[in-house]
Amino acid sequence: MTDLEEFRAEARAWVRENAPKSLWGTSGSGPFEGYWGGSKCEETDPDLLRWRDLGIEKCWTAPAWPKEYGGAGLSREQENIIHAEMKAIAVPRPVAGQGLAMFGPVLLEYGSDVQRAEHLPGIARGEVRWCQGYSEPNAGSDLANLQLKAERDGDEYVLNGQKVWTSHANLSDWIYCLTRTDPNAPKKQMGISVILADLNTPGITVRRIDLISGYSPFCETFFDNVRVPAVNLVGRENEGWTIAKAILGHERSSIGRSIARQPGSAQREVVARARRHLGVPEGEIPDPLLRDEIASLGMLEEAFHLTLARIQQSAESGQPGPEGSITKIVGTELKQKRFELGMKVAGIQGLGWEGPGFHEDDLQYTRDWLRSRASTIEGGSSEIQKNIVSKRVLGLPEGK
Amino acid sequence: MPGHRAPSLLLNDEQKMLSKTAHEFIRERAPAARIRSFRDSKDELGFSRELWNDMAELGWLGLQIPEEYDGLGLGFFDLCVVLEQSGRELMPEPFVSTLLLGTQALLLGATESQKSTLLPGVVAGDKILALGYEEAGSYGDFTRVVTAAKRSGNGFELSGAKLQVLDAHVADRIIVSARTSDEACTLFLVDPAQSGVSIERQHRIDGLSSAIVSLDSVAVDPESIVGELDGGVQLLAAVFERAAVGSAAQMLGGAEQAFADTVEYIKEREQFGVPIGSFQALQHRAVSVFTELALTRSVVLAAARAIDDSAEDVPRLSVLANAMASETFLHAAKEGIQMHGGIGVTDEHDIGFYMKRAHAAYMTFGKPSQHRQRWARLHGY
Repeated sequence: MTDLEEFRAEARAWVRENAPKSLWGTSGSGPFEGYWGGSKCEETDPDLLRWRDLGIEKCWTAPAWPKEYGGAGLSREQENIIHAEMKAIAVPRPVAGQGLAMFGPVLLEYGSDVQRAEHLPGIARGEVRWCQGYSEPNAGSDLANLQLKAERDGDEYVLNGQKVWTSHANLSDWIYCLTRTDPNAPKKQMGISVILADLNTPGITVRRIDLISGYSPFCETFFDNVRVPAVNLVGRENEGWTIAKAILGHERSSIGRSIARQPGSAQREVVARARRHLGVPEGEIPDPLLRDEIASLGMLEEAFHLTLARIQQSAESGQPGPEGSITKIVGTELKQKRFELGMKVAGIQGLGWEGPGFHEDDLQYTRDWLRSRASTIEGGSSEIQKNIVSKRVLGLPEGK
Repeated sequence: MPGHRAPSLLLNDEQKMLSKTAHEFIRERAPAARIRSFRDSKDELGFSRELWNDMAELGWLGLQIPEEYDGLGLGFFDLCVVLEQSGRELMPEPFVSTLLLGTQALLLGATESQKSTLLPGVVAGDKILALGYEEAGSYGDFTRVVTAAKRSGNGFELSGAKLQVLDAHVADRIIVSARTSDEACTLFLVDPAQSGVSIERQHRIDGLSSAIVSLDSVAVDPESIVGELDGGVQLLAAVFERAAVGSAAQMLGGAEQAFADTVEYIKEREQFGVPIGSFQALQHRAVSVFTELALTRSVVLAAARAIDDSAEDVPRLSVLANAMASETFLHAAKEGIQMHGGIGVTDEHDIGFYMKRAHAAYMTFGKPSQHRQRWARLHGY
């Protein structure tokens, strides 16, 4: 047995022994599913909390992070194995969220030793929840147009302006912000800096945004003469765009992976809904056009999973291909197709917003369908992703 | 259902080398423009014997054939590596007829003596095989066989006509399906030199050569049965499952090349003072094709791997690979023509040949809509 195979056996045994049975089969095991933690967390499920504690004790919430920062000092391959073993029984990771999936890896790469020591252990232990301050009212797809002003004043920065789409800012403890530190830079990508702020700092106001689904996963965050210590600058002043892009890279690959769920699950879900809503408990679904549509979905799903596997295998072999660039485009398209078809088979039973006469699962499904419309917009719209692939992978010339 | 551990979808070092060698050899020796010259010169063969023999020398025709028949005894996956490259230049050489249809039928169903008589010749490049299953009365369904096998002595007499039998005009042996009872049919090996066999060359849009094979009371002995008596439908289904994957590998190659040529073209072609590839309307469509190619490559590799390693996954992965490759190739070719503009619809440019081949391959070994119905049945709905 190779070392990795041995490790897989060990990881499998540990996960299966320790993951509470009530969590089995409940999760796609993606980086954004499960316990997000933070000081405002009101999670009460004792099994989820026990799983968190066991994960922290084993240092497997961030397996590949160095030990001094709350990780287990394992290799990337070993971390992948641990996550795959959790996915194999569909339990959530012990701690999930932006800190682990996006901010932490970037702080590891670009942060100072002091910053790493200050922030990473809290993330690994699920004690501090982070949110992202990127978009602004006039900086969406054109992110580099951001204007949140950060002016140096002694050993502090003074922040003024507004962020929008700050996911879960109301539930978070800290925010990592892209700020404008040099408004006169010759290119707008220059003059941007990454600054960290405690959301309890005076002058920060957070307001929730209601989406078409009725959910409020996003907020607006206002900064009014907010003073943060100058040591909260990550990397060098005015050189934050590189870090911003690195975080976006982590975000896009995380979104692609987190959408993946279990192979075959989208098809099974739609088939089950079709059976329930069309009154066909078993056997062939009588509508050949519907079968065709479900099969298209199932085939796309299978192709997507095989492509994720291929990307993973090429990365492990040390020769990553260009395919990684398409996972967000395809994953979000798959997600929307799944919900569209799932809504279509439900007919008028999918029309419920709340209240009597509707199945609870259908009410939830309808909200999730509405929420899914955002997936091709958030984290870089599909159009922006296509611009990136067009330029970086296909080498097509930039438009005037 | 697939396991959580995905099959290996990477080429090993030998396969990478094979892919590279085949790519260079085919690019140099077998450019797609040959389709035009074979057509215009009304070439008798429709492909190059010399090239076929050279590929035999390189070992490519026997990649998957066991060593006891002079092959290299590697896998179907290895064969697909070469098939993909052959597809890039739309090679009209008898890959489908001989390596996918004839050879697979022999490997899956033939007797020891049939295999040892024919397979070494396939490996050496001097035996061409064909398989006839389309008929006027089959309406695209290979299980509807009108050609009859009438018992005669201890053998049979075959009568009927097979249409569009790829490479039958040069085949050394033709395998045909014929009805042996009301419910069943059987596959027979026929020597085209036998009395009662007549062959009429057909010309198709895609540059592959085919022929009408007419059988008029052709006498065959029991030794010419391939597979079980009355087992023709099952054997053909198994052969088509493999052929669908091999064809998908060729389609993947064709789609890759059509796309590469198109991207190259829109980088160079200028209108309004800029390369047309700088227009977002074309960029996003190009990325859509790129995305389909990436997905298609994954499913083709997985299906090819399954033929070697996990028989239970072959039915679903075969329909998946063929359906996706069909849609992707046709889409890549149609987008290719559109983005080439006026030159794309002229006979002078090769991109049109890619669409013709894409359409032909789309119609062969099951259309995507049929594959989706089968996929649904395989998944219990």
